[in-house]
Amino acid sequence: MKTIYLDHNATTPMDKRVLDFIYPYLTDEFYNPSSIHLPGQQVREEIEKSRKKILELLEGENYNLYFTSGGTEADNFAIQGAAYGNQKKGRHIICSSIEHHAVIDTCKALEKDGFEVTYLSTGSDGVVNLDDLKQSIRKDTILVTVMHANNETGVIQPVEEIARFCREKGIIFHTDAVQTAGKIPLSLKKIGADLVVISSHKFYGPKAAGALLVRKGTRIFPLFHGGSQEKNLRPGTENTPGIIGMARALEIAVSEMETEGIRQKELRDRLEEGILNLIPDVQVNGSREKRVPGTLNVSIKYVEGEALLMYLSDEGIAASSGSACSSSSLEPSHVLLSMGIAHEIAHGSIRFSLGKMNGEEDVEAVLKILPEVVKKLRRFSPFGKDKEEFGENVYAHTH
Amino acid sequence: MLYNKKVMDYFRNPENQGRIENADGIGKVGNPVCGDVMVIYLKIDDETIRDVKFETFGCVAAIATSSMAAEMLKGKKVEEALKITNQAVEESLEGLPPAKRHCSLLAEEGIQAAIHDYLKKKGG
Repeated sequence: MKTIYLDHNATTPMDKRVLDFIYPYLTDEFYNPSSIHLPGQQVREEIEKSRKKILELLEGENYNLYFTSGGTEADNFAIQGAAYGNQKKGRHIICSSIEHHAVIDTCKALEKDGFEVTYLSTGSDGVVNLDDLKQSIRKDTILVTVMHANNETGVIQPVEEIARFCREKGIIFHTDAVQTAGKIPLSLKKIGADLVVISSHKFYGPKAAGALLVRKGTRIFPLFHGGSQEKNLRPGTENTPGIIGMARALEIAVSEMETEGIRQKELRDRLEEGILNLIPDVQVNGSREKRVPGTLNVSIKYVEGEALLMYLSDEGIAASSGSACSSSSLEPSHVLLSMGIAHEIAHGSIRFSLGKMNGEEDVEAVLKILPEVVKKLRRFSPFGKDKEEFGENVYAHTH
Repeated sequence: MLYNKKVMDYFRNPENQGRIENADGIGKVGNPVCGDVMVIYLKIDDETIRDVKFETFGCVAAIATSSMAAEMLKGKKVEEALKITNQAVEESLEGLPPAKRHCSLLAEEGIQAAIHDYLKKKGG
């Protein structure tokens, strides 16, 4: 059975052009870029070209770029690096509660080490409120972290305003741009954040490659020790295929961004409209205006997300509920809860994230299969029948 | 794979799903806030469970355990049914992932609640 893949916010396949581009560096051009010999230095040159290319594509002339093993490492590097590098100024951090676990869990770890963290919830539209942020600032606030767009809802955050405000206050601002790089315009110059994170496998590049972009003059400490690579801030032999593959993938994604964005938005909107028309008692989670083009998060009342995903998977449709990282936990999405969505509605959430291989036929297939699957699960459900909503049902609650 | 074949079979093709009008015992357990609710309906005659139906809002494991519990209840004497444990339900499904063990507990609680409802109705 052909898989209809609608989980691109989790990961994307590598673009064949990227694979062709990196192939020599997996085989013949295997040299260590730190070596003095000519072949090693030629590899070094390719890495530096990649660095320059990414900085150009992201309009980051005033930034240093540090290659990492991916988004999670880059987020850890940014947050721990800024926290420990600036703790003499203060130990207070502000973190939005819709951040990826790579950010939230790093902040939680810092709390155990004596840092204080304020978590900002969002409005029901999934957008962080700037006034809430301003009110949370303290004299000892050293770092603010708010993602560029959320992985579950696709909702875009007011990062430019936040960056401007933080700049005025002399506070470091970190933004996780993993869900926007290669999808919507990402100009470091325009946004003005001090720390920005991207991840290659979200834009059709190789896995285990990412980068932290640091505005010049921002003080951060390294996570690792062990060599002089990446200006002593990220030691370890460079992942040459990952680095040059990421640069090539970003170049392709940026060149196709406009047409792909329009195309995916049309498909997403058609999917959204179809679901709203064909299935009763559904809601779209998060702002429908401020979203990345390919993401749709809906809650289907009276059914549970995992059961829904499994029936869809049986029909060849690969989607996701909330964050893939938390699918083994029992708590519903922290993002949806932070938006004030009730637990029982959050339990029935499903995320479709489109990519460049998807076409109209995929949307049509979902619109054919999803209503049937929902109907089947709702037949099993004690809710939603006889107009019986979740309501004020009281049950023996023993676990 | 997250779930074994037997769990998936019971999830994909659950039997005894639905309601019984004028049931002799009804057990409602769980909470929509926690993401799983099970309602078990029993038809009891001569202290024997003649028919079982269930309605479940929940994950793959919750639906599979509901279906298994219903199957295990059918034809049993009330006294025997009270002895069905969550371990017995889980063993019949050849195991559940550790994070989903609580679903079998929900089944045990559902059975207990339905039978106690029957005993209460009978006594009253």
